[in-house]
Amino acid sequence: MPKIKYIEHNGKEHEVDVAVGLSVMEGAVKNLIPGIDADCGGACACATCHVYVQAPWLEKLPPKSDMEETMLDFAQELEPNSRLSCQIKVTPELDGLVVKTPKSQH
Amino acid sequence: MLARIGMERIVIIGAGQAGCQAVASLRAAGFAGAITLVGDEPFQPYQRPPLSKAYLMGAMERERLFLKPDAFYAEARCEMATGIAATAIDRAARTVALADGRKLVYDKLLLATGSRVRKIKVPGADLPGIFYLRGIADVDALRPALAAAKHLAVVGGGYIGLEVAAVARKLGHRVTVIETLDRVMARAVSKPMSDFYERVHREAGVEFAMNTAVEGFEGRGKLEAVRAGGVSVAADVALIGIGVIPNCELAQAAGLACNDGIQVDKHCATADAAIFAAGDCTRHHGRAGDLIRLESVQNAIDQAKHAALAMAGQPAPYSEVPWFWSDQYDLKLQIAGLAKPGDTLVQRGDPATRKFAVFHLREGRIAAVEAVNAAPEYLMGRKLIADAAAVAPERLADISIPMKSIV
Repeated sequence: MPKIKYIEHNGKEHEVDVAVGLSVMEGAVKNLIPGIDADCGGACACATCHVYVQAPWLEKLPPKSDMEETMLDFAQELEPNSRLSCQIKVTPELDGLVVKTPKSQH
Repeated sequence: MLARIGMERIVIIGAGQAGCQAVASLRAAGFAGAITLVGDEPFQPYQRPPLSKAYLMGAMERERLFLKPDAFYAEARCEMATGIAATAIDRAARTVALADGRKLVYDKLLLATGSRVRKIKVPGADLPGIFYLRGIADVDALRPALAAAKHLAVVGGGYIGLEVAAVARKLGHRVTVIETLDRVMARAVSKPMSDFYERVHREAGVEFAMNTAVEGFEGRGKLEAVRAGGVSVAADVALIGIGVIPNCELAQAAGLACNDGIQVDKHCATADAAIFAAGDCTRHHGRAGDLIRLESVQNAIDQAKHAALAMAGQPAPYSEVPWFWSDQYDLKLQIAGLAKPGDTLVQRGDPATRKFAVFHLREGRIAAVEAVNAAPEYLMGRKLIADAAAVAPERLADISIPMKSIV
């Protein structure tokens, strides 16, 4: 299973195995990693699963859909490496992915 | 009561979205006492929205519906009593009776009992082949029946009916939607939006019988036709989606005020200082001051958060802007706020592009927004509703002005 490292806003790191096919958001929820609310459960409807993708992974991810792009545009503390974690599907190629969670999802 | 706060016992009736959120929020608020989560379904809390979409389609396994992993409940020291119905509340003794004969003692009680489907009451309504959609068991029964079906009749052109119609068309079934009103999703969206969705479904091959009431179901031993508007529509499977009824019976039997929903205040408290309620089952004051009942994930989550804060002794009033979504085909419908008859409608964008929004204006302010594949309209609309900001209708209608600079 691919390993994904989630880093909380306070710097606390969690490295966990996430099954291929789940989203990066689901990987966090399943492993009780704080900082990702995902109120809508992954429907790209709430923008509460915002993460910052750490180098060098941003370029390796499939591009954002229009919906993700525009939902993100209204997220708090948007950065160039911002993504909605419910829209990133875990693949074998993402083994080692590192994402940071923001201070707040609201 | 005195200094034994750590020994306090909270019982939550209803293991759905609100019940699950309450467990998380109680622990986040520092509540250190005992929590028991009671639910009549034999499942830990799960998401309902995918039931009529990906889960019905067979594109999402059951495991992925669960809101939290088992470890969450263990870590939260939440005692799970799922698969067991609560049968009575004794307010004087502060106990909840369970169907297995147990009695749970509580210091505070949260009613997160949700809602159940409204059953259709016409002849033949109990024929095999007629389905409802509310829980995992419903979809587990519907999916194989749908796979073997030739013609699906959908009774009720609301969110559930139309989402199922979209899935059934994707699976290649013939679909007829029967709706008593003159437009689809009439309770949830404006007429321009209803018209758009009816057109999209027609283009996808869905047939409609509008202004048509179902008179009965026909068949020898199993469903063969739906009798509606004086004619028989052949159908071997029917999905009924005609709304839900809040589960207030426990509260009512315990003498709590109910009026199509358990009445709660801004802190999700009932008139009994020990009893709170959250989610679909409540009737509460909306932002406009009127008494409302909401059937949504957002309301379940937010009321549960506020109920948890109040139960943990940190009350904060609930005043979040309601929001909803629906996925049909390639369309994401996102709604914020609550429309009312008499609102002025402002359309932004062209429905032909499958990307547009309808704003409801009341006294110069946005009261609600319905957005199709239009996140900026939805998100900015939601923010402007929360801020009660004045907005010029002609600017809203002008798509050359970005939503971010609309005010």
